[in-house]
Amino acid sequence: MPVSDDFQKAQRFREAALPYLDDVYTLARYLLRDASDAEDAVQECYLRALKHFDSYRGPAMKPWLFAILRNVCNAEYARRAHSHAAIEDTPGAADQTPMWQENEASPETEVLRSRDAGAIRKMIDALAEPFKETFVLREINNLSYREIAEAVGAPVGTVMSRLARARAMLRAAWTAEEEHSK
Amino acid sequence: MTCDEAQILLHALLDNELDAGHAREVEAHIATCPACTAEFTAQREMKRVLADTKLRYSAPASLRTRIEASIPQARPQPSRRSVLRGFAMGSAVSALAATGVVAVVLRQDDQQRILSEVVSAHLRSLQAGHLIDVVSTDQHTVKPWFNGKLDVAPPVIDLTAQGFTLVGGRLDYVDARAIGAVVYKRRQHIINLFVSQTASTEHRPPKTQTMQGFNCRRWGERGLNFWAVSDIGGDELAEFVDKFETAMKANVEG
Repeated sequence: MPVSDDFQKAQRFREAALPYLDDVYTLARYLLRDASDAEDAVQECYLRALKHFDSYRGPAMKPWLFAILRNVCNAEYARRAHSHAAIEDTPGAADQTPMWQENEASPETEVLRSRDAGAIRKMIDALAEPFKETFVLREINNLSYREIAEAVGAPVGTVMSRLARARAMLRAAWTAEEEHSK
Repeated sequence: MTCDEAQILLHALLDNELDAGHAREVEAHIATCPACTAEFTAQREMKRVLADTKLRYSAPASLRTRIEASIPQARPQPSRRSVLRGFAMGSAVSALAATGVVAVVLRQDDQQRILSEVVSAHLRSLQAGHLIDVVSTDQHTVKPWFNGKLDVAPPVIDLTAQGFTLVGGRLDYVDARAIGAVVYKRRQHIINLFVSQTASTEHRPPKTQTMQGFNCRRWGERGLNFWAVSDIGGDELAEFVDKFETAMKANVEG
């Protein structure tokens, strides 16, 4: 019966994919840096995943969902690049501004560990692609190098060098912010 | 091992991604190189702080609800339209208001998506064994089969005499809801006629759109939305819709 097949498939999909909703949403937030764009992207990601669930051949659901989300986000980047032709200044300029200059109102002199989640999220947000993506997949989504390679479609060696670069950039931003707030 | 290599591999060491042999090599280099020791220590500290910080986001409940609603359920959850329909039954005034809302909501963001879902459903139906749940060329067999499976059974009209053979019916899923599909054949071509209930009772004249090489002619009549999808030509599909409408009118009036 096609009907019960569809239900069973939908039920399997629900059990396999929905537990990763927060993970997928987290990656979308970091990639798109906008809550409502991230919601749209995640919804589209799940729609596509359900549609292609027949061709899914495990074992790891998370990297598979992330790979789909990346495609959705790339389309969104393309859309933004297109629409930014008209409004060039603001988003581009914000990208150029080092994060640590935006926090002038916090003259604390604490050590590294005292940065709150908001400040760290901002520093991660400011990382360039593809380094940010690799960093978020490893450090926040807890993927192994092999799973990251699968999700982004790059060799493990590339994942390793991107991750090293991302962490070096993040540490530089972090140190600079501390210097600034002293 | 050079510092350049160690600067990359020390991260794999931190992440427990190295086998024992490589791990020893990296550790040996770090032990003898102050620059790499400093980097390793700093990165380990940063990793520790990151692990203690809540950097994950939680998906908003509304997003979770939307996604869950888009996955077919054995008992379909009330969709936006059926919610509005329930609302519309509340009073004549709100019925008018809701009808307006439904029209706007549907036209602006749902129509294109539903068209693509209808075409996908048509494509699915063409796969072996998916076309028909109830096989019959007799409308008096197909029509009762839908009863109890849907809120409103779709009109099933035999158009064999007009050149479109009724071959059966099927339950399908469009817009996360169960929907009736009546299946016709024109020579070797399949026509799926999808029928769903709507709050709008206004007559909407047939309109043909093309997607992925399929013609889709949609119209609205007596509180039902119709989509006829097929790979037959646009003029033949229009003929099918004309004949269907004529026969439906005759049924109602007769």
